[in-house]
Amino acid sequence: MAETPRTLPGGRLLEPQILLYLDGVTVSFDGFKALDSLSLVLEEGELRTIIGPNGAGKTTMMDVITGKTRPDSGTVLFQGGIDLLSLDETAIARLGIGRKFQKPTVFDRLTVGENLELATQGGWSLARLLAGRLDAAAEERIERTLETVGLAELRAEEAGRLSHGQRQWLEIGMLLVQEPRLVLLDEPVAGMSDAETAKTAELILRLVGRHTLVVVEHDMHFVRELGAKVTVLHEGRVLAEGPVDAVQSDPAVVEVYLGRS
Amino acid sequence: MVRAGLGRPALLLLVGCAVLLVPVLNRLVPEGSAFHLEDRLVPLFGKYVAYAVLAVALDLVWGRAGILSLGHGAFFALGGYAMGMYLMRQIGPRGVYAHPVLPDFMVFLNWQELPWYWYGFDRFPFALAMVVLVPGTTAFLFGWLAFRSRVSGVYLSIITEALTYALMLAFFRNDMGFGGNNGLTDFKDILGFPIASADTRLGLYLATGVLLLLALAVAIHLRRSPLGRLLVAIRDGEPRARFLGHDTLRAKLFVWTLSAVLAGLAGALYVPQVGIINPSEFSPQASIEIAIWVAVGGRDTILGPVLGAFLVNGMKTWLTGAAPELWLFVLGGLFVLVTLVLPKGLVGIVELLPRGRAPAGGPAAEPAARPAEAAGG
Repeated sequence: MAETPRTLPGGRLLEPQILLYLDGVTVSFDGFKALDSLSLVLEEGELRTIIGPNGAGKTTMMDVITGKTRPDSGTVLFQGGIDLLSLDETAIARLGIGRKFQKPTVFDRLTVGENLELATQGGWSLARLLAGRLDAAAEERIERTLETVGLAELRAEEAGRLSHGQRQWLEIGMLLVQEPRLVLLDEPVAGMSDAETAKTAELILRLVGRHTLVVVEHDMHFVRELGAKVTVLHEGRVLAEGPVDAVQSDPAVVEVYLGRS
Repeated sequence: MVRAGLGRPALLLLVGCAVLLVPVLNRLVPEGSAFHLEDRLVPLFGKYVAYAVLAVALDLVWGRAGILSLGHGAFFALGGYAMGMYLMRQIGPRGVYAHPVLPDFMVFLNWQELPWYWYGFDRFPFALAMVVLVPGTTAFLFGWLAFRSRVSGVYLSIITEALTYALMLAFFRNDMGFGGNNGLTDFKDILGFPIASADTRLGLYLATGVLLLLALAVAIHLRRSPLGRLLVAIRDGEPRARFLGHDTLRAKLFVWTLSAVLAGLAGALYVPQVGIINPSEFSPQASIEIAIWVAVGGRDTILGPVLGAFLVNGMKTWLTGAAPELWLFVLGGLFVLVTLVLPKGLVGIVELLPRGRAPAGGPAAEPAARPAEAAGG
C-alpha cells in the first residue's frame, strides 16, 4: 500500500542483518483471513522452519513473499528496504528469492544436467540461447550444486528416471544453482522415505550459512532433525516462535495441535 | 543425453545421399535400365521433398515446443502464392489474352490495371523477400496475439485451423485478386528458364533438396542449443519455465515464426514444380495431413518428419491412382494406428529395438535401486 510508513527511502529503518521483514500482512479470500496481520523477521544466513496446521497460512505467506498473491495490507521488505509488494513474480525471482513448490516440477525429458543448465539461463537473450554455451562460472556452479544435492553421478540421466527423492533434490538444485539469497522450501520431504528425509535434512543443514532458508513442513520429526528456530502459524498469525523444544512444550501450540481432538 | 543411432552429421549425409538418388537415377542410369527414373517423375519427387521441408517445419513447433498447428498449410500456401505471383508476372504478353501486364484472370474479370499488391512481383528478389516476409509476418502477428493471451493446447490448434480456413475462403473470392478458385497457373518460365523443361525441373528439385538439408541443419542446431531445451521445458511445463526466469513468449514466437518461414519457402519451391497454386492448399484437411505425416514418421525426431512425408505421400500418390475411394480411410486408419500403437512414430520403432548399452533389468530397475544406496551415504 502506498501510505505504509515503514518503506523509508534507502531502507535505513532495517538493520543490515535483516534479510526479510514482514509486518502486519493481511490477506483475505472472500472474507476468510488467510493471513491476519502476520509479522515475521528473518536474519541473513538463518534457517527457519515454519509449522502449523492446515489452513494456518503457510503457503499463502510464501505466495505473498514471491509475489504470487498481493496482500490487502502490510509491509514486505527484502534486503534492507526493497518493497517486494511493488514487484512482480519475475522481478522478485531475479532479486534472488527462490521457491520450491510442494509438487516436484523438474523436466522429465531433460537430463539432470540440462535441468540445472536451464535454471542458470533465465534472462538469456534469444541469440545467446541459440548460440550459447555455458560460461565457466555457470559450469562450476552446476558442478558444485550437483555435489551439494548428491546427484553428481546422475548428471546425464533423464530426470524422468529419477526416484521421488532424487527429483526433489534436483528441484532444490535448480534453485541453488541460481544462487538465491533466500530459499523457500514448501514441504520438501512430503512423500519421502525415512532415509530420503534424513538425507534431505543433511542437505538443508549443509546450506545454512550459504543461503537464508525458510522450510515449511508438517513432519515434526523432520523439524526436530533440522533443530532450527521454529515459527508456529495458526489462523494466519504467529502463535509461537523459538527453539524446537520450547515451541513443542508451549501450551498454546499443544492446544492447537492436540487440543481439539 | 546419448541417443542410439546415427550422429547428426551422418544424418545430414544420409538425407543428402537420398536426395541425390533422383538426379543419379534420372541422368546417370541409362534410359533402358529398370532403375532409370523418367523425367516426368522428377517433379513428383520434388513435391515430396517440399512436403518433407513442411513436415520438418511443423515438427519444430509441434514435436519440440508442443504447439500443434493445424494451419501450417496456410504458411506453405502464402509462400506458394508469393512465388506464383512472380511466375504469373513472368508470363507477360504470352498469356491467352496477350495483355502486356495483367495476368489472364484479371483480363477475364475486366480489370483495367494491376492491383497495388501485385507491384514488384515481376522481380525475383522482391518475390523471394515476400516468400519469407508474408508467411513470417502473418505467423508473427498471429503468434504474438495467441501466445501473449496464453492460448495453448487444443484451443491454439483450433484457432490455427480457423486461420487457414478463413484464408481459404478469402482466396476463393475472385475480387481478392489471386485468381479465385482456379488460383495461379499456366506458368511459362522461372528466372528465364522454361519451367516445364527437364533441366529446369531437375534444378528446382535440387534447390528443394538443398532447402531440406538447410531445414534439417536448422532443426539439428536448434535441438542442441539451450533454446531447444527451453522449448522442451515449455512443452512439458511452461509455467515452471517462466518461473525459472525464461521469457517463454519470446522463445515460442521465435520458433513459430521460423517454422512458418520454412513452410513458406517449401511452398515457394512446390509451386513451380506442380505448376499451380490454388486455395485448396489452405484447406484445413491439407493442414491436418501435415500433422499426420509428422505423427507417422515420429515427433521430435530429426528423420521422422522426412520419413513420414515421403511414406504417406508416396502411399497417397499410389492409392489415389489405384483405389481413390480408399485413401481417406487409409489416412484416418494410419493416424489412429500410429497414435495407439506407435506414439513415437516409425522412428520410435528403432528406439524399441534392444540397445547394447541398455541395462539388463530395463529402464525402471536402475533408478529404483538408488534411494537405498543414497540413504546409506
